[in-house]
Amino acid sequence: MPRSLAGDLTDPEMAQPYMKKDDDDDEEIEYSPFFGIEKGAVLQEARAFHDPQLDARRCSQVITKLLYLLNQGETFTKVEATEVFFAVTKLFQSKDAGLRRLVYLMIKELSPSSDEVIIVTSSLMKDMNSKTDMYRANAIRVLCRIIDGTLLTQIERYLKQAIVDKNPVVASAALVSGIHLLQANPEIVKRWSKEVQEAVQSRAALVQFHGLCLLHQIRQNDRLAVSKMVSGLTKGSVRSPLAQCLLIRYTSQVIRESSMNTQNGDRPFFDYLESCLRHKSEMVILEAARKIAEMDVTSRELAPAITVLQLFLTSSKPVLRFAAVRTLNKVAMTRPLAVTNCNVDLESLVSDQNRSIATLAITTLLKTGNESSVDRLMKQITNFMSDIADEFKIVVVEAIRALCLKFPLKYRSMMNFLSNSLREEGSFEYKKAIVDSIVTLISEIPDAKETGLLYLCEFIEDCEFTYLSSQILHLLGNEGPRTSDPSRYIRYIYNRVILENANVRASAVSTLAKFGALVDTLKPRIFVLLRRCLFDTDDEVRDRATLYLQTLDGEVALGNTEKDVNEFLFGSFDVPLANLEASLRTYEPSEEPFDISFVSREVKPQPLQEKKGPGKKQLAGAPSPATVSAVDAYQKMLSSIPEFSGFGRLFKSSESVELTEAETEYSVNVVKHIYKGHIVLQYNCTNTIPEQLLENVIVYVDATDAEEFSEVCSKHLRSLPYDSPGQIFVAFEKPENVPATGKFSNVLKFIVKEVDTSTGEVDEDGVEDEYHIEDLEIVSADYMLRVAVSNFRNAWENMDPESERVDEYGLGVRESLAEAVSAVISILGMQPCEGTEVVPKNARSHTCLLSGVFIGDVKVLVRLSFGLSGPKEVAMKLAVRSDDPEVSDKIHEIVASG
Amino acid sequence: MGEFSKESCPSVKNILLLDSEGKRVAVKYFSDDWSTNASKLTFEKSVFTKTLKTNARSEAEVTLFDGYIVVYKFIQDLHFFVVAGDDENELIIANVLQGFSDSVGLLLRGDVEKRTALENLDMILLCIDEIIDGGIILETDANIIAGKVASNAVDGSAPFSEQTISQALATAREHFARSLLK
Repeated sequence: MPRSLAGDLTDPEMAQPYMKKDDDDDEEIEYSPFFGIEKGAVLQEARAFHDPQLDARRCSQVITKLLYLLNQGETFTKVEATEVFFAVTKLFQSKDAGLRRLVYLMIKELSPSSDEVIIVTSSLMKDMNSKTDMYRANAIRVLCRIIDGTLLTQIERYLKQAIVDKNPVVASAALVSGIHLLQANPEIVKRWSKEVQEAVQSRAALVQFHGLCLLHQIRQNDRLAVSKMVSGLTKGSVRSPLAQCLLIRYTSQVIRESSMNTQNGDRPFFDYLESCLRHKSEMVILEAARKIAEMDVTSRELAPAITVLQLFLTSSKPVLRFAAVRTLNKVAMTRPLAVTNCNVDLESLVSDQNRSIATLAITTLLKTGNESSVDRLMKQITNFMSDIADEFKIVVVEAIRALCLKFPLKYRSMMNFLSNSLREEGSFEYKKAIVDSIVTLISEIPDAKETGLLYLCEFIEDCEFTYLSSQILHLLGNEGPRTSDPSRYIRYIYNRVILENANVRASAVSTLAKFGALVDTLKPRIFVLLRRCLFDTDDEVRDRATLYLQTLDGEVALGNTEKDVNEFLFGSFDVPLANLEASLRTYEPSEEPFDISFVSREVKPQPLQEKKGPGKKQLAGAPSPATVSAVDAYQKMLSSIPEFSGFGRLFKSSESVELTEAETEYSVNVVKHIYKGHIVLQYNCTNTIPEQLLENVIVYVDATDAEEFSEVCSKHLRSLPYDSPGQIFVAFEKPENVPATGKFSNVLKFIVKEVDTSTGEVDEDGVEDEYHIEDLEIVSADYMLRVAVSNFRNAWENMDPESERVDEYGLGVRESLAEAVSAVISILGMQPCEGTEVVPKNARSHTCLLSGVFIGDVKVLVRLSFGLSGPKEVAMKLAVRSDDPEVSDKIHEIVASG
Repeated sequence: MGEFSKESCPSVKNILLLDSEGKRVAVKYFSDDWSTNASKLTFEKSVFTKTLKTNARSEAEVTLFDGYIVVYKFIQDLHFFVVAGDDENELIIANVLQGFSDSVGLLLRGDVEKRTALENLDMILLCIDEIIDGGIILETDANIIAGKVASNAVDGSAPFSEQTISQALATAREHFARSLLK
């Protein structure tokens, strides 16, 4: 029954603008009862609320307009909001139910301040005790939304009653309000446990749902209570599907926590979850299947969950298909074999109308597919790719990359697919995903290298993205000279010099030079090309060409051999840029030139990013400047102390190690500074007793368990007042470049003087005292800098294979593979590369790549292969390459003794 | 706007009712993920564009977008959306959407289109208010939701208990029609 047109409208604000327009074109203008509405005018109309003879209909209409404005994003000023709020409170005098309901809504929208709340409290409390259930339920929701703790205690009694009210709407309103109130007033809401427990037994579906939710929130920190609650309810008194879903969540939580505590793997509630797979409501089945799939269960236990999800795949409802394929996709990430049974159904979903479902189906198939199905799958995908959005394409490309790494023999068809995708139109992100995938495949699959490089060459012939062109040119420079026929790439590279913008031209010049340096037969021809670049319009391009021509030709002497020249021009730049930046900032112009070798090469370990909520994803940022400059600050501070200035360059400073328990009288931590032939121990001491002043504080270090170290000097603290930290230094000599280890026991010795805290006066007489602090160890990892390499494989191959030392170790029974991996990483103190420190869940074996610089500036690369043999028995193969074979041996010694 | 751990309670991030051009008819946000009106409008625009070309008329459709589950359905020139976090059970969210679109259908007596929806905006807003309270699902049964909204809109003269729901709805609509056009 659509209502009348403009002619019937008598309200002037609403009708007139429409009427005017109506004259010119009535087809164009869209009818809206709120057309041309204005905040000012509506606020004027709201004065009708003050009318002693309230017109309920008119008032409803005005409130609706106000709500409309708020809904459209209009905001009221503080004054306007207060004015409207007071006007609205007048409407409690009307008996009209519809109007009252809008008043409730309006109060919630206005979220009044606490002094305004008082005005409506009594009206709302009256409604809360009204005979009309609808008033009671809504008044509870409004009141609980706007009150604070003190008012809450006044109405607590009514709320407790409402929770067990026989009207389900009232009970639900009170329970939901309880859930909200729990955040700010937990101590009050927790007192309602008894009533909430009663509500959980309610026959009304939603009361049970809300009751269960609140009960769990009240008890969530009490593991035993949650476990008891779950075991009571799983026996079967929960009726509504929503409440069942909650119970499934809580049950799986209990299972998770109990399996962490008990080693026997007993799952007391697993039967309940499994029974939910046979529930009549789909949402319950899904919830149960999903929770089972997330658990660490056997294939046999997982199978029934997979079966119900498989049934969902053929449902006529898109939401059901989506839910099932999304869950299977997740399972396929860790347990692809469990999902293979669904492959036929998944394949039919590739043509699903809903592109989200199709993409999930494809990526699942790419994970579960076997070697023989790859070709067919690639054909299917090709048809599918043409009509999906770029963001879906990126997901597919990434899945293909993973599949290709799994079945390297099939690289041809997948490489082919990727290169075809490169030719099509696409956004930067999409193209970048493809290029990244090809680059990964080139570095991982040796056979794919030459085809891959040629595909990339073709791509840069017609590539609009400078970033990608430069990246590819750089890769060509590294990989191209080592292929069977390097000359075939030259044409593509030189075309860039002719056709592209300055950035790409400069990259191309560098790439050409690399070919010239590494391939002797090409050298003369490259020189011809480089000479042409000397006339480029861009100075960066000209400068690069000049530099390369001069150095490669031997006209400018750089070191002694050709190797030195190549190292200078193309050697890896292993100084982290953030560190370099920080050092340059602190450099003060002086006679002494800036020396890059003084820049710390240590990569600061990134604190693990906390998992952020959806939509707030953050990239791991660069190391914070604070930590970088801390390294520089150490170097500066130490070199300013005359005793230590002769020690040379600071090789490494450790993280601080606490030598006292938290909250003791004196707190001491130590930082280990490592030099070539010395170490300096920096004790940071804090006096936490206000009534004491410490004087002549020294650390007596006993180095009898550290034979290779001999103390050379120490710097004591003249005085250590309350709460102002001071430093004590003790320096030791040790054999140069030798990673000497040892244990030091420490005693803090000082004179204590009493302080009158009220006057600050210090007692003249002091008493000698000493304070034992914990021992300190210098371990081999202290001599290792965490330095990353950008391309581990390249770096590995560039190291002398003669320096390689391989051995196998049994690590015994470990908690998990991941635990074993991180233990070995911390023993070695090296930087994990390419994310290999992360062990996939359920993995039976893992390879971890590490790099670092050992004292004496020796580069070290480590390849660790872990495997599980028998239950929790971890074995490890350790391969080390380094600039110095002795250091390779040393690494093995470290591991053997760790 | 409180946010809850998903572990303990299914929650809805927002409910959107847009027209066929992506303009707001009625929206309600229950999450702090969108703090300004501008960010809300941007979100609505991208949800609208991403789903525009799909056929969500006979069955509710679903997509994963920007870390959110979006379940949606189109009726005439109205686009109904319910949005939740990406680890939410999509069938629960679909259930909410169904409660929303069906109850709007009941309240508008099958005449589900933008114009009627705007004419009965108070009912639409009350309807949303009865479905979700601060992110928590309050009710998903369309008959109950519509009943609650309609009972409020009835004139004090006719006691609601003596009417069937459809009668109540008829009264409610007529009442509102009169009130708006008076």
